[in-house]
Amino acid sequence: MQFDVIVIGGGHAGTEAAAATARRGASTALVSFDPSTIGSMSCNPAIGGLGKGHLVREVDAFDGLIARAADVAGLHYRMLNRSKGSAVQGPRVQADRRRYAATIRTMLSRETRLTIVKGEAASLIVTGGGAAGVMLADGTALSGKAVVLATGTFLGGRIFRGELRADGGRIGEPAATRLADQLRGLSLPMARLKTGTPPRLDGRTIDWARLPVQPSDDDPWTMSPMTDRRVLPQLSCAVTRTNARTHEIIAGALDRSPLFSGAIGAQGPRYCPSIEDKIHRFADRDGHQVFLEPEGIDDRLVYPNGISTSLPDDVQREMIASIEGLERARIVTPGYAVEYDHIDPRALDRSLAVPAMPGLYMAGQVNGTTGYEEAAAQGLVAGLNAAAHACGLAPVGFDRATSYIGVMVDDLTLQGVTEPYRMLTARAEYRLHLRANNAETRLSAVAAAAGCLSSARLERMRVRERARGEVDEWLGQTRTPHELRLAGAEVALDGTRRTLAEWLRFAQVTPAQLLQGLEAEASVVGEAVEDARYAPYLERQAAEVASLHDEQVRLSNAIDYGAIAGLSNEMVERLSAAMPDTLAAASRIRGVTPAALTAILLHVRRRAA
Amino acid sequence: MADTIVALSSGPPPAAIGVIRLSGPQAFAAASAVAGPLPEPRRAAVRRLRHRGLVLDQALVLVFPAPGSATGEDLVEFHVHGGLAVVEAVERALLAQPGVTAAAPGAFTRRALENGKLDLAQVEALGDLLAAQTDAQHRAAVAGTEGLLRRTIDDFTAELLGVAASVEVALDFADEEDAEAASDTELRDRLERLRKRMQARLEQPLVEALHRGFRVVLAGSPNRGKSTLLNALAGREMAIVSPVAGTTRDRIEVSVAHEGVPFVLTDTAGLRTASDDPIEAIGIDRAREAIERADVILWLEDELPLPRPDAVRVASHADVVDRVAPADAIAVSGVTGAGLAELWAAIHRAVASKLPPEDGSALNRRQHRELATAADEIAAAAQAGDLLLVAEHLRQARSALDRVTGAAGVEAMLDQLFGRFCIGK
Repeated sequence: MQFDVIVIGGGHAGTEAAAATARRGASTALVSFDPSTIGSMSCNPAIGGLGKGHLVREVDAFDGLIARAADVAGLHYRMLNRSKGSAVQGPRVQADRRRYAATIRTMLSRETRLTIVKGEAASLIVTGGGAAGVMLADGTALSGKAVVLATGTFLGGRIFRGELRADGGRIGEPAATRLADQLRGLSLPMARLKTGTPPRLDGRTIDWARLPVQPSDDDPWTMSPMTDRRVLPQLSCAVTRTNARTHEIIAGALDRSPLFSGAIGAQGPRYCPSIEDKIHRFADRDGHQVFLEPEGIDDRLVYPNGISTSLPDDVQREMIASIEGLERARIVTPGYAVEYDHIDPRALDRSLAVPAMPGLYMAGQVNGTTGYEEAAAQGLVAGLNAAAHACGLAPVGFDRATSYIGVMVDDLTLQGVTEPYRMLTARAEYRLHLRANNAETRLSAVAAAAGCLSSARLERMRVRERARGEVDEWLGQTRTPHELRLAGAEVALDGTRRTLAEWLRFAQVTPAQLLQGLEAEASVVGEAVEDARYAPYLERQAAEVASLHDEQVRLSNAIDYGAIAGLSNEMVERLSAAMPDTLAAASRIRGVTPAALTAILLHVRRRAA
Repeated sequence: MADTIVALSSGPPPAAIGVIRLSGPQAFAAASAVAGPLPEPRRAAVRRLRHRGLVLDQALVLVFPAPGSATGEDLVEFHVHGGLAVVEAVERALLAQPGVTAAAPGAFTRRALENGKLDLAQVEALGDLLAAQTDAQHRAAVAGTEGLLRRTIDDFTAELLGVAASVEVALDFADEEDAEAASDTELRDRLERLRKRMQARLEQPLVEALHRGFRVVLAGSPNRGKSTLLNALAGREMAIVSPVAGTTRDRIEVSVAHEGVPFVLTDTAGLRTASDDPIEAIGIDRAREAIERADVILWLEDELPLPRPDAVRVASHADVVDRVAPADAIAVSGVTGAGLAELWAAIHRAVASKLPPEDGSALNRRQHRELATAADEIAAAAQAGDLLLVAEHLRQARSALDRVTGAAGVEAMLDQLFGRFCIGK
């Protein structure tokens, strides 16, 4: 069978990649072991959060799947950091697991250029050094001009639970070990990481009445602006906590945890430690929060967030029974840890392509990241660019100054990973500009140029642009301090007439005092108000971006950094692993000095001469 | 648009002449702000350099419009008197102009290269030079890692990272119980304490004090024997000594080391209030400036009040018969050498408090600038109401400190965050 692009893996990266290639017009095959599992949420049933919610909105700005599917399946909405500046507000949705996956499958089925292929991807077909398709285990050959690998933890995955060991990614599914062997043959740099999950509980056996609840947000915001309204009834989460007894049980069984017995050597995520780790490292705490998250409207499973573990079954049972409200809770699936291979993402370029094999793209957990949102965002990047490669379209680039996607791609391809990479707003130096609520404004034009927006989205974009123009015009009007006083703002009477945008920077001034009479969509107004408030900072950051003329200096990936006089061994190692594409990218690599940059530039010019 | 960059491009001072280069789009504007009307391209002309009403130096100024310059950009060269005081003052004046920044190592070469001003052979030679430069940086960095300076900066960095982590944890992990931000007052107190510690460090003498030497200025009215005394202190004939009042029409700088401490002795033109000789008048202007910037003033006047309370009164010509020295003066003879030891002891006493610590913890000028930036950003963070803006200022402060030690990035802050807060569901 002949396609433009073949995507392997039906998780968050794979589905987003396949949908993106199809939106760009490429005929696409999505290969999955078991198409009925496409769109599964293999970890907790939440989408979004701080930094992650930003990624979701950015993928959505390209008409991606994740935000709209989360809205269809959303049973609990929570805007994190509601009291703080909107740049760090993180939209998060608890999703009905089954409905989420079903929605993803429905959305994919609507893409006419997309074919779902059931089968195990056994090996890549390589022609002339480039990726030319995929050989399935049953001998079927799928040929294509580009291949996106989004294989998650299926690559060399190994499961640990107490004394138990099993090969595979998720429980009950085989691991793609044959493909893994072939990738090793490509001599891409690889390493191992680990992650874990908590035991799943039967919600009918939890004593909800005794536990404090966290209701869904009242105001009807949605993950995607394309969603009209929430469709599912909203559920509450409950909160309980571990106690001294729980800690005693865990501490007494640490020698049976593969994390502590030495069976697992790989680094796990610091921001998502196992309960064993928490008790070991923060021994002084008398309890840790456990969020009880329902997995679905009509699903009895509950995800106890905060107690991921790989302790043996009997210890897990004892541990659960020691927690308030869970005394009689039944474990449906025990928690476990997974150790898996990932490739060193520094071997990739910014389009997530493998320069060593033209036409091959990698996305998701296989690149050393964690999280649905990180995976989805990489799927988008790889999909957009695999389609470009296969169909001769313009590549789509993301940079640090305009998107969290750009921050992540830059971090991955330049710095690599030492733990599963998760997005945090602290990673974005242009955080004040990169807000979850202005993702459309930042990215719509790029998405439109890439040809992957629906007509409804394009129309929305035009309406918003017009509205923004009107709001900006309104904020350009000037007022005297006296007039501000009349509007109710206790500003100093300094006689200076200022624009409304300038007045918004004053702590005494509230938007309501200045916006009376303005009729525009609240989200557009909110965005303009935030821009005005942070204007001095945004201007300073814009100047920083403009001064990065080193972005113009391209570096080839054939540079032998070892041959450049004056670079330290450490710099040579880091530069060689990352192969930065511009001098500006080289400057962001840790430990690279201004003098080293000049030496690199000299070397480049000398070769060009 | 590229910055306009400035740096001394001749050898380190003191030297006979210092060549300061200024390159970039704002070069001409910045140069004329300091030197007045610029000469024709590629014609040397003498200009008096001023900043904030103060005459800094009389210098040779050369102007090279783009692209016919060494860097391919608009370029101005200032050939100034090569004492460190002058070089520093001129650099400072230029850096105060809009769009002008200090050149990073190798920056002029880079611009030359980018604008196609270097041929292959030159590039080879420069490559070696740059290699040497980065090696030197490397050695310095290695030496620095052992030093007290590194410990001091690391100490500031650790505290800053701790505060930043407690802010970031509140921003990035809002939904976790461990992630409650420190209270506003606690945060501001911590920032203020850190800023004060940095400020104290900023007020200590810079390591350059040792490189450039302490400025000892000999001042007084004409014919008081300043030049003779200078020669005696320097142990060589530097100034022209003659009995005609006003012989030293410009100031003369001599570098000497005494008991391991470097000094730059400056012999000024005598401070006459009015002079008919215009050249001498200029010398007098410069004498006043030298006095203002002196570390030690040797005041060769018997009766006029001290120009600064810390000036040392010196009674020269002690060899002259019948000379009666004032009671508060050190009597010295430049001819016989009498009283010189006592004078040197007084000079050493005067600079004792200005000696940078010898334990390697002294800052250099660049480090001082970055630390000052960090302190300013911390002050701004303490003022900011919005936690996001607090975090933004702390990020700027972190990157300033990172530029001192070369350690880096958000990872260091995350290490603190995950080390101190139990995060993770």
